[in-house]
Amino acid sequence: MRYVKDVASVIRSKNAGPYELTFDLMFPDAETYDQVRHAITKEKIASLYQIEESQVLSIVHFAPAHAVKITIERPRASGDLGETDVYGAQQHAPLFDLTY
Amino acid sequence: MSELRILSPTAILGYGFPLASFQAGLERDPHVIAVDAGSTDPGPYYLGAGKSFTGRAPVKRDLQYLIAAALERGIPLIIGTAGGSGAKPHVDWNVEIVREVLQELNATAKVAVIYSDVDRELLRQELSRGRIQPLGPVSHLTEEEIMASSQIVAQMGLEPIMQALEEGAQIIVAGRAYDPTVFAALPVMQGYDLALALHMGKILECAAIAATPGSGSDCLFGYLRSDSFVLEALNPERSCTKLSVAAHTLYEKSDPYSLPGPGGRLDLRQTTFEELPGGKVKVSGTQFIPTEKYFLKLEGARLVGYRTISIAGVRDPIMISQIDEIISAVKARVADNFQDLRDYHLHVHCYGKNGVMGSLEPYGQPSHELGLVIEAVAPTQDIADTICGFFRSTLLHYGYPGRKSTAGNLAFPYSPSDTSTGAVYKFNIYHLLEVDDPKSLFTISIGEE
Repeated sequence: MRYVKDVASVIRSKNAGPYELTFDLMFPDAETYDQVRHAITKEKIASLYQIEESQVLSIVHFAPAHAVKITIERPRASGDLGETDVYGAQQHAPLFDLTY
Repeated sequence: MSELRILSPTAILGYGFPLASFQAGLERDPHVIAVDAGSTDPGPYYLGAGKSFTGRAPVKRDLQYLIAAALERGIPLIIGTAGGSGAKPHVDWNVEIVREVLQELNATAKVAVIYSDVDRELLRQELSRGRIQPLGPVSHLTEEEIMASSQIVAQMGLEPIMQALEEGAQIIVAGRAYDPTVFAALPVMQGYDLALALHMGKILECAAIAATPGSGSDCLFGYLRSDSFVLEALNPERSCTKLSVAAHTLYEKSDPYSLPGPGGRLDLRQTTFEELPGGKVKVSGTQFIPTEKYFLKLEGARLVGYRTISIAGVRDPIMISQIDEIISAVKARVADNFQDLRDYHLHVHCYGKNGVMGSLEPYGQPSHELGLVIEAVAPTQDIADTICGFFRSTLLHYGYPGRKSTAGNLAFPYSPSDTSTGAVYKFNIYHLLEVDDPKSLFTISIGEE
């Protein structure tokens, strides 16, 4: 078992519109991307963020950027009462615990 | 039809650009200068309140160079999502700056202003005709929400901007616009491929963010040809690489293979990215898949109340170990004390515990010190001040179990400890509207300024 953070070159989060939160995991080359990408599942993401699997809206593999993109439902629309991160730029840290 | 060249000076009008990069862009003889000025990222306040999230001085600074260069070369300058959110107050704010710059340059220009505000009555009718649907994980729209919105805009496609160009506009100040349109309108008018023009615009709209090292305040240059487009960073410290451009395709969207916009979507499944010498990247193969009906994206925001905040630190280990229970107990004291005030929101952001991630935080073990941001939102500023102030003073002297520090529970960095931050808005419309004519919602006025 290894940590994805040790081989990823980019781990980031951001709003994708006001209602969705999207995470990008990018890898330095096609080989690493192919080793890791299938280990990233809706089940693991739901467990890391303590949300329902149905709230993990999509996981897309994007070969041109050696990237896996994960999109989840935002806990609330950006800026709604209770907001903690309007841009959604600091929601990626739990992905550092992702293993493959 | 050999090549159409586009200069994108900066990621957002007002974010600035180095003059050397801009000059290098002008030396490449662009056919148009285009810039996106907006985003929903800064949150609902700016749309709702009709305020720009960029400052007047930096916007004017950028426009001074852009307008002077466009007029001198006789090429159009196109600004999209003016004023940050693109509603009438934002557009008028931007037009006023354009006027001021023209006066200072002692110049005149044919200026087109395109409003994208949507009439509430029209939306009510369209709602009852079933022509409005949610976009993503959003509730169905209701008449009540339409009427409660303080601003509603529709995101325009290429058509209104193309019309302004056809009528000879030299400067176009557009309201809410799909980001790529300001870059793609001129080439599409001239017969260039729609998919390539839009895809190039999709990358140019963030300017040098698509280069490496990336920057939101530097230029990017695009060369559109019949079967491909090429991107070039204009600052010698940056270059476009296959990876930087492909990676940008992921930015702020949920599916990089399918990018929806007015009238259809870009399909990137056949797209190839190829590195050229000199830090350039060539892109080809992108397709445009039109939708059967034409949909425009609607955005709206409504007032939810007024906010007061108070910032305080906690260092006492006994208090920190019980922080959740203490906050709940003090909230209950507030509710008990003001039984006639029910309609408020009282929340404590607990930095050092879960202030950044809230319910998504997997750890939540408190640090040795906590930063509390107490916020109250209520129907009036006066009630918000009352609730925040009462919570703060009650927490300061609250006697929790096992307390040893009996002189006060909070460390305030400021006097006064509380700050009234004013109106609070929320996004309440994020929907698609089916239209018969892509231009009918948008009003274009052209005049000599």
